Order: sequence, then C-alpha cells, then structure tokens
Amino acid sequence: MTQKTNNQRAWFLVLPVLALVAFSSIIPMITVVNYSFQDSFGGNEFFWVGLEWYRELLQSERLWDALGRQLLFSSIILLIEIPLGILIALSMPKKGWMASLCLVLMALPLLIPYNVVGTIWQVFARADIGLLGRAISDLGLSYNYAQNAFDAWVTVIVMDVWHWTSLVALLSYAGLRSIPNAYYQAAEIDQASRWAVFRYIELPKMSGVLIIAVLLRFMDSFMIYTEPFVLTGGGPGNATTFLSIDLVKMALGQFDLGPAAAFSLMYFLVILLISYVFYTVMISADNDGTAR
Amino acid sequence: MASITLENLAHSYLSDPKGETDFALRELNHTWEDGHAYALLGPSGCGKTTLLNIISGLLQPTRGRVLFGEQDVTQASTAQRNIAQVFQFPVVYDTMTVGQNLAFPLSNRGMDARYIEERVQRIAQMIGLEAHLGQKARGLTADLKQKISLGRGVVRDDVNAILFDEPLTVIDPNLKWELRTQLKSLHREFGHTMIYVTHDQTEALTFAEKVVVMHEGQVLQIGTPQELFETPAHVFVGYFIGSPGMNFLPVSVEGRHAIAHGHTSALAQDYGHPQGDIMLGIRPEFTSLTKGEGLPVMIKRVQDVGRYKFVNATVFEREINIVLDAHIEIEADMTKVSFDPDKISIFSNDWRIDPASGGKL
Repeated sequence: MTQKTNNQRAWFLVLPVLALVAFSSIIPMITVVNYSFQDSFGGNEFFWVGLEWYRELLQSERLWDALGRQLLFSSIILLIEIPLGILIALSMPKKGWMASLCLVLMALPLLIPYNVVGTIWQVFARADIGLLGRAISDLGLSYNYAQNAFDAWVTVIVMDVWHWTSLVALLSYAGLRSIPNAYYQAAEIDQASRWAVFRYIELPKMSGVLIIAVLLRFMDSFMIYTEPFVLTGGGPGNATTFLSIDLVKMALGQFDLGPAAAFSLMYFLVILLISYVFYTVMISADNDGTAR
Repeated sequence: MASITLENLAHSYLSDPKGETDFALRELNHTWEDGHAYALLGPSGCGKTTLLNIISGLLQPTRGRVLFGEQDVTQASTAQRNIAQVFQFPVVYDTMTVGQNLAFPLSNRGMDARYIEERVQRIAQMIGLEAHLGQKARGLTADLKQKISLGRGVVRDDVNAILFDEPLTVIDPNLKWELRTQLKSLHREFGHTMIYVTHDQTEALTFAEKVVVMHEGQVLQIGTPQELFETPAHVFVGYFIGSPGMNFLPVSVEGRHAIAHGHTSALAQDYGHPQGDIMLGIRPEFTSLTKGEGLPVMIKRVQDVGRYKFVNATVFEREINIVLDAHIEIEADMTKVSFDPDKISIFSNDWRIDPASGGKL
C-alpha cells in the first residue's frame, strides 16, 4: 500500500483570497459590529453600551416608518416593473435589425449613472421649468414633487420604473428567446390561444430568469439611495426618506456612529432575510412537482 | 378526413432562390391517399421535416399548392387544416399534469368535458400513461414526455391527418417497438392518414404500407417495402434501403449481358443498348460465392452473426457485400462471385432501367 501523502500546504494557496475578503468585507463588517455595541463622544473614546442601541432603534418610530416606506416602495415598483418588463419583452421584435435596435434602446437607461438619473428627473419634473412638470401643471393638475408628498412618491416611482424596467425586460427577453420553436409549433397544432401560450409555455419557461429579476429588483430597490436623494433629498418632510437615506442622515448628518452601526446591521439582516424568503418561496414554487 | 395532394410543391428557405440547389424541397407532385399509413424516409437534412411542416401549415411553401380533398389549403392556418403533429423532441406543458396535457388539444377546441375525460383515459391506457395521469409533466423522464407528446398527437379523433416527425428518436429501443405497434393499431382502428418521418429504415418499413424515399430535397421512389427492396428506382434507394445496402458495379450492357472487365454476367431481360453511366446493382442477399463461374472476387472479411454470414469482398477493386446463410461453408477455392439474374437491376445515370416499360421507372 502506498502511503497517502498528507500535504496541507495547499491551503496557503487560498491565503490571498482570504486576505482580500478579510480586508474588503469581514474586517469592515466586524468594525461596524464593534461600533454598534459602543458609544463614542469623539476623541476616539468608546464606552461599552451592550444592546442599548438596538433596543433604542427597535423602539424608535423613525426606523419603523422608514422601513414601512421602504417596503411599500419595493412592493410598488416590483408590481409595476415585473409585469411591464414581461409585456415589453413579449412585444419586442424577435430578430432582424429592429431587435438589435430595441435591445440597445432598452439598455440605455441602465447605463446612466444613478446620480445622473436623479438629476435628469429633478430637472425634468420641476413644476416651474421642467418639461414634464410644466406640462402637467399646464394641463391644470396641481403637481409639485418638492412640496406634495404624493407627487414626490409618484415621481420617485416613475423614475425607478423608467430606470430599471429595462433590466426586467432584457432578462425576460433572454428567457423568451431560449424557448425552442417546437413549443410554439406544438401550441399552434394544439390550437392554444395566445393567453394559453403565455400561461403554459412562456411563463413557465421564463420562471428561472424571472426569479433572478425579482431578486435583483427587490434587493436594489430596498437599498435605493442616490436617485431619491438627488431628486427629493428624502422630502418633503420625511415622505421619501427610505432606509438608506435615513441611515446616512444618522451616520454622517448626526454622526451617531453607534446607532448607525446598529441600524446598518439590522438593515443588512432584513435584506438577507427577505431575499432568502423570496428565494425559497420562488424556488419551491418552481420545483413544485419536480421532486417526485 | 381527406386525401392530401401536393401540386408542384417546392420550398426554399432563401428569399430569392436561384438554382435547384437553393431549394430545400425540389418540385414535387404527390397524393397521400386518405386513410393510409406512409413513412417518409431519408437521411438527415433531405427535406423531410420541411415537407411535413408544409403539410401541417407551419410553413408556407415557396411554390405550389396543398390540397385537402378538393380544397386548396395552401394559405390556411394549422388550425383550419385540423392536423395533429408530433415533434422529434418532447414538447410538454411543464406546469400541467399529464392528464391536462393530453386534454389540452381537446379543451382548446371546446369539447365536452365528459368526452375529454373518456378520450384521455383511453389514450393514456393505450400508450401506457395511466399511472402518471395525475403527475406534473415537468419531472418526468424523456420517454414519458415523448409519450405525452404522442398522446397529444393522437387524442383528437376528428383530424385530417396525423404527422409524426421522427417521434421515437429519444425513446428506448425496446419501448420503440411497443409504441410503433400501438401507433399501427391506432391507425387500423381509426383509419387516420398518417405520415411518419424517419431516417431509420426499420422503423419506416415496419410502420408503413407505403414508403416515400427522399434524398436532397427530391422524392426518389414511393413504394411498398418490398418494391423498395427488390426494384429500387434510384441508386440511392438501393444503397439506403437494406443493411448492408445494394452492391454496385460499373458495367456495360448489351442485350442480355452485362460486361465488366471482360467478364460477363447474364441478365434476365433484354436491355438493348442503354446509354449513359451504366451500373449493375445487386442485393447482397442475391449474391453468392462459387467455385467456377462469375466474376473474380477477393474476400477480405467474414462476420458470423448467427443466422447469417456477412462477407466483405472486392470485385475489380470495388467493395461489395455478400450475405450468406450461416450453414454455407466458405471454402478456399471459392474465388468467384455470381449474381441471381432475376434480381439484378440496371441503372443508367443513377436511375433504374425497366426494359418492360421501355425506359426508366
């Protein structure tokens, strides 16, 4: 029998990655964990406060309100962007130069930097000089996103839909294109209606990419910061103060490092939890009937 | 139900076809008689699927007409033609159960629920899917999925024709035989016109009453399995049908004699003096080894497969195959090969000459 060589030195090969990950995520994260249990009065002096910040945050209305707004915002944009994206993908041309043109046009909003998107809409929707804002006002509707909470919400949502529906559409389009032609031929032979083709062929075949689209859009919208910050700055009042805007106010505006650290960790855990739930639910719905 | 007539039908996938080679399907006239089972046989890429899709209406032909009975349906949609088609790879509706899959073509046509139920049960029983009726279709094996596809194809009993596009490609060999038998009995029972595309000659010859042999977008011969075997109309048919295929020798023909390199073989009929590229074709089954008369042969390999011996040999440096009964002993002085005169076919420029009708078939 040959002696199996027991060489553990290969582990050294993993070291660079470990170092990289440690410096890029683990150590900063542990720092934040550290802050969240301490209080500081400047001068680099820290006092241990235990779970004080967490207790305080969980009782603060401010956090719950921001969370509520955040959930509402994410739900609305998912409800709009997913069906709209699918609809756009279904009506896009299947081949030829028109298809390429459509793809390029669809991809354009995705290429614009976030704060530019915010700026574009900030100007575009202004009630005094913006093309959109002025047009709406001239129609006789009262509209001012800087003063009216409802108008601010509508503007933020329309902006997000404008910015991100393309992503859903492109993913859906890719899913649609991967369906073999035989499925459509069989449906034609079986005399399936257009709705039946969508319901029994296209939707099931797209489910994989749709799961990705929903997850991406959820996570991204739940962390949204730049565009509403540029557009409304979280206002009017606190109307569009979403979690990340609130967090930045707390951490940089007020320089409350301890509570902000606790906030960050809970924010992270909430996203992780909701994403996990989404993923599990959708995967199990997708696998329904497979594992038998 | 009706007969299906193809009139001057031709198809090209190019928008502006020029020469003959641009056509996936060259000009073709043929009538599929009502209630017959046909096999469309040919190597991959010969235009079989194109022809099938034109008949079912999934494809519009570049030229020519398709008639159902007397009615011109060239422009009609698949639904109007009322045709069922089964594809090469399984197409199932993943989110439906097996039963819903089978019922789908019927419920789309607004059939009565009780009729659907009864029909689904019946078909499921026939193709062995009863045990799976309640299951979701997506988790099933390829075999079962293809059975679902087949079932959806045959579940409607009012169709004009059922088209099969190599439906058993993904099916297990022993199951293939069983399903083919089921299809045949289905045909006997309901009398639908069936067109079965395949590149497998065994499948074609066992399924169909009439076999249509295609090659390079052209129909070469339409006939019973026996006709294809004994009197192939084209060199390709001789080569493609039979395993191993027909042997060919370049010869010159004078009356009742075929002459190759000074050696003469007798022919059963008087061929006169045919012009062109002349080939003698003989099935390996009608070729025998002799000690005296015939053409000189060099045996290269003998395979004993139980009931037969396959002999691989060369005659004037052309490879030929000989099939002998297993009990025939091959002796060292068997240096000649002779052909059964009744079974010899003579081809001119690849097409068979039939002296009785005074020209090619």
